[in-house]
Order: sequence, then C-alpha cells, then structure tokens
Amino acid sequence: MRSPLARWLDERLGYSALLELATHKQVPEHKYSFWYYWGGITLFFFTVMCFTGVLLLLYYRPGDEAYQSVRSITYDIQFGWLIRSTHSWSANLMIASAFVHMFSTFFLKAYRRPREFLWFSGIVLLLLAMVFGFSGYLLPMDDLSYFATKVGLGIPAVIPMVGPWISNLVRGGPDISGFTVSRFFALHVVVLPALFIPVLLLHLGLIQKHGMSLPPSELDKPEGKRKTIPFFPNFAMKDLAAWLIALNVLAFCAAVFPWPLGPAADALKPAPMDIHPEWYFMSSFEVLKLFGKWIPGEFGEFAGLGLFNLGLVLWVLVPFFDAERRSGAWARRATWFGLAVVGILLFTTIWGYAVLPAVR
Amino acid sequence: MPEEKIPSDASASDPERRDILKFAAAGVLGAAYAGLVGYPVYRYLASPVETAAAEGQVKQVVLDDALKTPRNSALMFKFGQNPAMLIHHDDDTWTALSAVCTHLGCTVGYQPDKKIIFCPCHGGTYDPNSGANLGGPPPKPLAEYKTQIANGKMVVSRA
Repeated sequence: MRSPLARWLDERLGYSALLELATHKQVPEHKYSFWYYWGGITLFFFTVMCFTGVLLLLYYRPGDEAYQSVRSITYDIQFGWLIRSTHSWSANLMIASAFVHMFSTFFLKAYRRPREFLWFSGIVLLLLAMVFGFSGYLLPMDDLSYFATKVGLGIPAVIPMVGPWISNLVRGGPDISGFTVSRFFALHVVVLPALFIPVLLLHLGLIQKHGMSLPPSELDKPEGKRKTIPFFPNFAMKDLAAWLIALNVLAFCAAVFPWPLGPAADALKPAPMDIHPEWYFMSSFEVLKLFGKWIPGEFGEFAGLGLFNLGLVLWVLVPFFDAERRSGAWARRATWFGLAVVGILLFTTIWGYAVLPAVR
Repeated sequence: MPEEKIPSDASASDPERRDILKFAAAGVLGAAYAGLVGYPVYRYLASPVETAAAEGQVKQVVLDDALKTPRNSALMFKFGQNPAMLIHHDDDTWTALSAVCTHLGCTVGYQPDKKIIFCPCHGGTYDPNSGANLGGPPPKPLAEYKTQIANGKMVVSRA
C-alpha cells in the first residue's frame, strides 16, 4: 500500500513508470556477463572525477600560479594530496576500464546492428576522455607535464601549412606558458564536460533503448534457453558490488601510491631524460618516435600520424564491414583486426616503457 | 479480517530478523564508507579555516619600522589574521589595539584631528589610549595589545 505522500508525488512526477521499468527490465546472464560491468565501472570513475575535480577547483589557480597552487594542494591543504591523487588515479583507471569496455564489446560483437551508435558514441567518449587526460596532465605545470605537453603540442605542428598556426593558437604563444595553462584549464573544466556529458547521456540512453547486447554464442541458442536476471535488484546489486570494488582499488592506489609532483617547469632547463606521456599515449608516442627514426624529417612523423588515424577510422567503421548477425568471413576478419590492434598497442606501449631510461 | 492475519510463530519471524540484521549490516558498512570518504573531504574543505585558526594563535608581532611612525598618527598592521593599529601619541607613548570594531567587524581608523578612533560603518567611537568604547553602537572596548620597544623595533604581543 502506498502512502498518500507517495501517491501525491507520483501523480506529479510519474516516477512509478520508472520503477515499473526497473523491476521488469531483465539483463542477460551467461558466461560473458562479467564484461557487462565495465561500462558501469567506467561511469563510476567518471563520477569520482567530477566530484574530486570540483574539490580541486576550490584551491587550484590556473595561469602563472598553477604550480604553486598544486604544490599547496599537495603539501599544505589537509588531505589535498589524497584528493589530487584520487583524481589522477581515477582518470587513469577510468581510461583503463574504458579500454576494457571497448575491447570486450568489440570482441563480443556488440557494435552490430542496431547498436552502431553505441559504438560511435563510445569511441567519441574515449577520445574526449583522452583529451581530458592530455589537458589535465599540463595543469600542475611540473617539469614532466610541461615537456610532455610540449611534445604533444609539437605533433600538430608537422601538419603542412596550417600546423604551426594551430599549435601556436592552442598554446597561446610560441611556447607553453601561463596562457597555455589557462586555455587547457578552460578546456578541461568547461568545454570538455559540456561536450562529454551529452554524449554520455546519449550512450546511456541507447543502452537503455537497445538493452545489453548478446554475444554470438548466446544468439546461437534458442530463445528459451537464454537466461536473464532482473535488473532490479539483482543486476543493480552486482553493479553496486563492482562499484565498491572499484572504489576500494581506487582508494588503495590513491593512498598507497600518492600521485607525485615534480619540480616546477623551467623552460630553460633541458627536458628530463625519462620524458614520456601518460601510458595511454605511450603507444602513439613510441610509433611516432619509431617513424621519426625510420623516415627522417617531418615526413616520418606525418606518416606515423597518418597510419594511426587510418587505424582509428577502420576501428570506427567496423560495424559496417562486420554487420552480419551470425559469424562469417567478415566477422572473423574483424576479430583478427581487433587482436592485431590489441597486439600492436600492447607491444608498442611495452616497448615505449622498456626504452625509457630509469632516472627516477 | 481474520484471513489476512499472518501466524506469528518463531519460524516466520526468523527471516524477518535476518532482513533487519542485513539492513543493519549494510547501514553500518555504508556509514563506514561515508565516514571514510567524508572525513578527508571535510578536512580538505575546512583546511583554510584550520590554517586561519592556527595563524590566529600568533602571540607576538615584531614591527621593524614602526618607530618611524609620526606622533599623533597610527600604523595599521596585521596581528595574525586580524587588522590592528599602533598609535603614536603626542606624548611619545604607544598604544596597540585591535582594529576590528566590536559592533559588526568593520576596520576602524584613527582620526588625528579629533584624537579618536572612529568606525565609519555605523559611527562607533573608541578612546585611542585604552580602546574603550565611547559612543555609537560598539558594545565592548577594542582589545589592547602590549607594546615594548626592543633593539629599535616595536614588539606587539598579546596582553
């Protein structure tokens, strides 16, 4: 029996329709169900980013004071080191779980009709997340973030004609300065969230509309043999458990391995010997370095950049060449393509770390 | 309606009790997590308040050039976080007072022509020798600090 208050609210808000949906919604249960949780885990890390990001905004000052303010957050403000460490760790764990989510949906063929736009929006979200990471990396203005950004912003400069103009415009000058920090700050806290959140809502709305994708092995079973569990409370509880595990892992990493802060960026000092970007850019960093070695001059970097973008375009278009519901030649090719991408990314990333001199 | 009555023997109340225990355990765990997450967040937010409170604990301030202050004028300085004033009287004596009006916290100023401390916000007046409230809304005198000249410097300390 519902209370008069509940009835009064429901008449105005109509939430019982949502509750109905939640109680009747079923989620498939099978041997690959484990991979269903990674989207939720990514979302969890995103909410942690928003929360800790707002907290960091309270003390962070962009521009010329950036390094001093991050220093004060890390060393003066109570638990500032923990909030900052949680933000950085959460960013990395979010991108890692987004990669797991992307590759699991890829190999389970979740991009097929009618879920193409889930695939596209997911890739847009990942790319935006990487821009989030790139812009956030500069904000502390320590030596590593300064030089990593210098290298990163040097990449568009190899584009013929407009390249240097783009790089200067993004930097707000010929070199990285307080202006660059302010630009990246505006991007990081205003522009990117404004782009990210609508795409995220589209992504979540589409998964609600289409439901969880069934892997080919489940689709081969007759409908009566497929098992499901109720979304609420069964799946929601499991999701919550996954979030709790994610929170514990995050808390462990953030507290036991506090995010470091290097010495202040100094434009007159040479770049640190172990200069490198975040791990999720390591593969492209290494590929660009290799191409630069193989083909000297700007053309080498240009070729590396082109190869990377070609791979990305093929990756985005995979729902079009593997659209069949059942397995076929294209389905196998897509799987091999995916394995090759994972292999190349892992190999070049490990290579990139292996050749770093150990100076820290 | 008798058919709606549930037989209340021990076996029926057991799962109910288990439910209550489950809810209690979930509540305790939830509260523990909320506390573990909430405590650092609270301290983080309260950090400037704590810093200000610690700085407010200042016992004394050394004013290097205070002795150059002309007679019948005041030097404004900060005692910890709070504005304060050092008054050089005509008879070469010194008075150090809090410059925070005891009415609503405005910063007061010394008026050499009237030899009075005046608060422009609501017209409160104080005696520049003792900090006593003379007129207007202030309910209490201004806090007075001890002054001492050591090695050509003015040392102002908590009375």
